[in-house]
Amino acid sequence: MDKTVNQKAWFLVLPVFLVVAFSAILPLMTVVNYSMQDTFGNNQFFWNGVGWFKELLDPSSDLGERFFASLWRNLFFSFVILAIEVPLGIVVALSMPRQGWSVAACLVILALPLLIPWNVVGTIWQIFGRPDIGLLGYTLNHIGINYNYVSNEFDAWATVIVMDVWHWTSLVALLCYAGLKSIPEAYYQAAQIDGASRWAVFTAIQLPKMKRVLLIAVLLRFMDSFMIYTEPFVVTGGGPGNSTTFISIELVKIALGQFDLGKAAALSLVYNLIIIIVCWVFYTVMTNAGTERRVAKEAV
Amino acid sequence: MARIDLVDLAHSYGGNDAPEESFALKPVTMTWRRGGAYALLGPSGCGKTTLLNLISGIVTPSRGKILFDGVDITTQSTRERNIAQVFQFPVIYDTMTVGQNLAFPLKNRGLPKAAIDARVNEIAALLDLTPYLSRKAERLTADAKQKISLGRGLVRSDVAAVLFDEPLTVIDPELKWQLRSKLKALHRDLDLTMIYVTHDQTEALTFADTVVVMHDGRVVQSGTPADLFDRPAHTFVGYFIGSPGMNIVPAEVKGRQARIDGHTIALNRSYDRLPAGAKIEVGVRPEFVQVAAPAPDLLTANIERIDDLGRVRFAHVRVGDTRFSAKVPQGFSVPGNNAGLVFDPSRVHVYANSLLVEGEA
Repeated sequence: MDKTVNQKAWFLVLPVFLVVAFSAILPLMTVVNYSMQDTFGNNQFFWNGVGWFKELLDPSSDLGERFFASLWRNLFFSFVILAIEVPLGIVVALSMPRQGWSVAACLVILALPLLIPWNVVGTIWQIFGRPDIGLLGYTLNHIGINYNYVSNEFDAWATVIVMDVWHWTSLVALLCYAGLKSIPEAYYQAAQIDGASRWAVFTAIQLPKMKRVLLIAVLLRFMDSFMIYTEPFVVTGGGPGNSTTFISIELVKIALGQFDLGKAAALSLVYNLIIIIVCWVFYTVMTNAGTERRVAKEAV
Repeated sequence: MARIDLVDLAHSYGGNDAPEESFALKPVTMTWRRGGAYALLGPSGCGKTTLLNLISGIVTPSRGKILFDGVDITTQSTRERNIAQVFQFPVIYDTMTVGQNLAFPLKNRGLPKAAIDARVNEIAALLDLTPYLSRKAERLTADAKQKISLGRGLVRSDVAAVLFDEPLTVIDPELKWQLRSKLKALHRDLDLTMIYVTHDQTEALTFADTVVVMHDGRVVQSGTPADLFDRPAHTFVGYFIGSPGMNIVPAEVKGRQARIDGHTIALNRSYDRLPAGAKIEVGVRPEFVQVAAPAPDLLTANIERIDDLGRVRFAHVRVGDTRFSAKVPQGFSVPGNNAGLVFDPSRVHVYANSLLVEGEA
């Protein structure tokens, strides 16, 4: 049987190519172009090769020092966020009601923080934490805890972390709740009959069934927290000093503050690459977690 | 292993105030002896799964009591009841190996490791799961998963009863046969009380010593497979069990005679005291009605179709407005469109308002 050869179908895909080209490929290539050049304004550019990348990855240079400092800050921030939000989200999801009117109420309350724009969240916490007029800041200082996110590094970090937990734990909780709802009732009944304790039900049924949604939650939360910009920028402006200056804040300073387009382009390419690699590692590790153990067992 | 008594047990999903006609399980009182193999048989929605879930404690009854060995356990939770149950679809603990799955119910009850291993190995051997013991349960086929579920149900030797809720639904027909005979053998070997819910009469009749037939929330008959076949207590049992089901025809019954479509057939017993105004029907299994050449003393029927089932042929005939199935004797060739029907008088039963009436000798 001969297949009909008809290349006209490519025309149907063409719009997608065009959209992707204009929305992703061309801007990205512009950034690649900038990363290889230097400029002193007036739209005059000079070829710099991989110079910016060398400088960026050399911790002894000014650019490299700033990059690595903010990178470690960012990684530490993402780690803390995940370590708090994932377990907390699971606990919230587990304690949510399964049926009745209270389900809708819980879902609405949980969804509220997710609906608030980033800079509004930042503003809320910026005011909330102020020692003079903020409810949180004033109360803490009033009961004798010296709290000031403008001058104290630890307080600034605590504020940014609590703010992120407040803003995004709901997302993890909602994803986990969806995962829990998809477990058939028979599993719980079987576990009861098998005499499983509450903890055994969690480890043997609920956690494995939530694996996929947890993977999505971890990926989303990692990417978002690694790219965080607006909220800490509004609350602390990256301070005190540089203590809450994350990569994205550093990037904006270089690109728009100093107008160093070449350095900023190189930094954003490396930044992008880190996010993709870390996500890939997470994804591979979490999807293969089950199979690897099986292979290991069989080899024994 | 325990004797199970159901005392006036009833359940309504609409609450106790709902009219009794709407109950998922209408009041039932019966006793299941220890070590027996029982089947709950009935069509979908007849209340058999409800009854099973009442016994395992997944559902709390609206009314009545359940006793295990004389002890009232109606208010106990599933965990306290010491019951094993196998569900319609396989329930597998994904992260565990097959062996850990089988050991799970024992581990939860704190048995020593040596005892667990011994019992797991024994059950795995019975179900041919030994080669898979160290494999992850997650990636096995549905058949194998259901075998693991069965194994988890059978692994505890001290249970009051093992309940099966249509456990072979997901299994291939070929393996279904094997597993069914295996369950029967396991019942003998392990000496457990087993209760098996199914809508498949073959499954029920081959597995159980006693079959409990349910219809519309009511237990209509409980007896051995032979009882159900020979003396159906309710027209539903006659119709539901057997393939094709029992012929049930409206008739006028007087003394030792029944009149069907203006023709009189003889009965073995005498029925003089039938309730007045009741709907009277005569029931006879197709196996005990034979097609013969038309004759003046036989009930005349119009042949519509003949099914050749290999070993036996059944004619589908029409008498007046009623349809009938009747056996076609070997070597008998149907003369034309009409045939006479020969009844075996000892096998003709009389039903008043669908319930079997005992005649007098």
